[in-house]
Amino acid sequence: MRRRLATERKVLTAKLSAKDLTLIRGERCLFQQLEFALDAGELLLLQGRNGSGKTSLLRAIAGLLSLESGEVHWNDVPVLSQRQEFHGAMVWLAHRTGLKGDLTPAENLHFEATLRPQSKTEIAAIYERLGIARLKRLPLRSLSAGQQRRVALARMLMADVPLWLMDEPFTNLDSDGRKLVIELTEEHLASGGLCVLAAHQEVDINATVKRVKL
Amino acid sequence: MGADIPAQPGILAGLVAITRRDLLLAWKRPGDVLNPLFFFAMVCTLFPLAIGPSPAELMFSGPGVLWVAALLASLLSLNSLFLSDHEDGSLDQWLTSPQPLPVLAIGKTLAHWLISGLPLVLISPLLAMTYRMPAGVILVLIFTLFLGTICLSLLGSIGAALTVGLHRGTALLSLLILPLAMPVLLLGANTVSLAAGNEAYATGIWALAAYAIAALSLAPYATAAALRISNE
Amino acid sequence: MWKFFHRLASPPHFYRLAATLIPWLMFPGLLLLAWGSYNGLFVAPPDYQQGDAYRIIYVHVPAAYLSMMAYMFMAIGGGIGLIWRMKLAHAVAAAAAPIGAAFTFLALATGSIWGRPMWGTWWEWGDPRLTSELILLFLYFGYMALRSSIDDIAKADKASAVLALVGVVNVVIVHYSVEWWSSLHQGQTILKKGGPAMDPEMLQPLLAMILGFTLIFGALLARRVRTEVLYRERRTRWVRKMVLAPEGGR
Repeated sequence: MRRRLATERKVLTAKLSAKDLTLIRGERCLFQQLEFALDAGELLLLQGRNGSGKTSLLRAIAGLLSLESGEVHWNDVPVLSQRQEFHGAMVWLAHRTGLKGDLTPAENLHFEATLRPQSKTEIAAIYERLGIARLKRLPLRSLSAGQQRRVALARMLMADVPLWLMDEPFTNLDSDGRKLVIELTEEHLASGGLCVLAAHQEVDINATVKRVKL
Repeated sequence: MGADIPAQPGILAGLVAITRRDLLLAWKRPGDVLNPLFFFAMVCTLFPLAIGPSPAELMFSGPGVLWVAALLASLLSLNSLFLSDHEDGSLDQWLTSPQPLPVLAIGKTLAHWLISGLPLVLISPLLAMTYRMPAGVILVLIFTLFLGTICLSLLGSIGAALTVGLHRGTALLSLLILPLAMPVLLLGANTVSLAAGNEAYATGIWALAAYAIAALSLAPYATAAALRISNE
Repeated sequence: MWKFFHRLASPPHFYRLAATLIPWLMFPGLLLLAWGSYNGLFVAPPDYQQGDAYRIIYVHVPAAYLSMMAYMFMAIGGGIGLIWRMKLAHAVAAAAAPIGAAFTFLALATGSIWGRPMWGTWWEWGDPRLTSELILLFLYFGYMALRSSIDDIAKADKASAVLALVGVVNVVIVHYSVEWWSSLHQGQTILKKGGPAMDPEMLQPLLAMILGFTLIFGALLARRVRTEVLYRERRTRWVRKMVLAPEGGR
């Protein structure tokens, strides 16, 4: 129980900010002197056309890309100087799900749970919520793209961390699925979480939304 | 299902998890294990066909042939070491997980060695017998291959991490790894030759063991750094 | 002191500094080579065993020495670039690779030519130095191949730096393992450690050649780093300003 309380306190003070971000990929400058500050309970929406650098910005925030200049801060400490702590506090829902087609959802999620020390141990409710409970023993490759996406969402919920980075979370999902993602995000924000979401379309969500146009 | 998820994994949990997952994947696709093995056996068959079946020649060239074949066979499976993880986004997940990356790299390499290195060691006595190697020498061969394949997997993981996601990956990987692997080949094959000639061979074993320990302590860091760079 | 390094690391500053440095390296280097070659080839006495054949060391030894030194430049440059994120260090590493490969090739070629009268064959596997040098050449090829197959310069810099650092550990291992190997097979070396001391008349030209080659290596490196810097900084204001300047830039 103590651990649970500790994570909640962390969530309340959580803060993601960035200053003076510049990223050059090959010959192109994707963004320059970009800055944002995000507090607990807020959503940062990254908007822009295809190829405008949304994914690159998300990857840069996650620490996967090195920036030309500028730093991302988590709780006012540079991310790169506390990589492990920061990664323990975030989860990354990428376009490529990072799940193995040869394994079942249950096997995939079991592996992911071992990588993240804070994972929730009770995941039956998560399966129910996402509507994948009866699929959990099938090989992932036999599932539809939308169902695979739901498994990736299950991993995100399971991780139980304050910061969600989501890259086009609506891809391949039906209208129920889209609604579910919105609901889950609203709940996460209401409980003091933070969310950075990249989408090419408008997102209708009931929360404090900050925007970055790329 | 909920019951078998560990509540508080320790530092080695990532290593165990990744090794376990890769073994599970290999179990579901046994071809990945068998291909290098067949390749190893095939190359060892080619040599007697090329140089003739004379027992003296086979005994003389056996250690070298077996070692070169093992080196090439372990190189064969390296290209795919991080490839699928890079393509399906698993690598992104590891790089953004709280687990230390060198530990994950060790887990990955351990799985690779168990899947493609250890089977070579296990099948080598069979092939060595066809080269008329006496039992004592075969023991030395097994031991040097055991240490040698560990070295090759560790070195190979660096090369695989550097070339993951590049076109021309396979040829480039060989170009990067073979010069690095030459000392291993040289130590391994010559130690077996010395044993075959009834000479003192302990130096070679010690040197290989030292190489393996050095590689085990340094290579994971290089692999981790290379993975971060290649996955950008 | 720190300020000096900081200024040195700034590309435009280095670009100008290198331009003034090159003649100061090039001309003394050429003078030393001229003096060394004359004294080595005509003044120094013939060797009592090898006759005149030994004179190839005046090229072979400096080339072999520089082939190692260029690799050290690559590894140290790469390491500095990785740790302190200094772009100029990566440029130095990139520039050093082809020069190092060329010197390695020169060392191999002269070694092989030297081997012809000594062993009666162009290539003798039993010689540990030649074998190590050959592996070094492959290491250079791997390094350059990796660099050329990554499009993004920043990524190529970092990946090849890791390779160079791994390689530098390996070079040491290669050296000792090849020596052990050739001792098993009674390899014949031309230059033996602890052999008879060289006649000063032979040694002085050799030292002059080594120093001269090193200076010329420095000049070549500076020249290549300049080109490298210019290419890498082509989008920046200072390069545009310089190139578009009326005198054409210098």
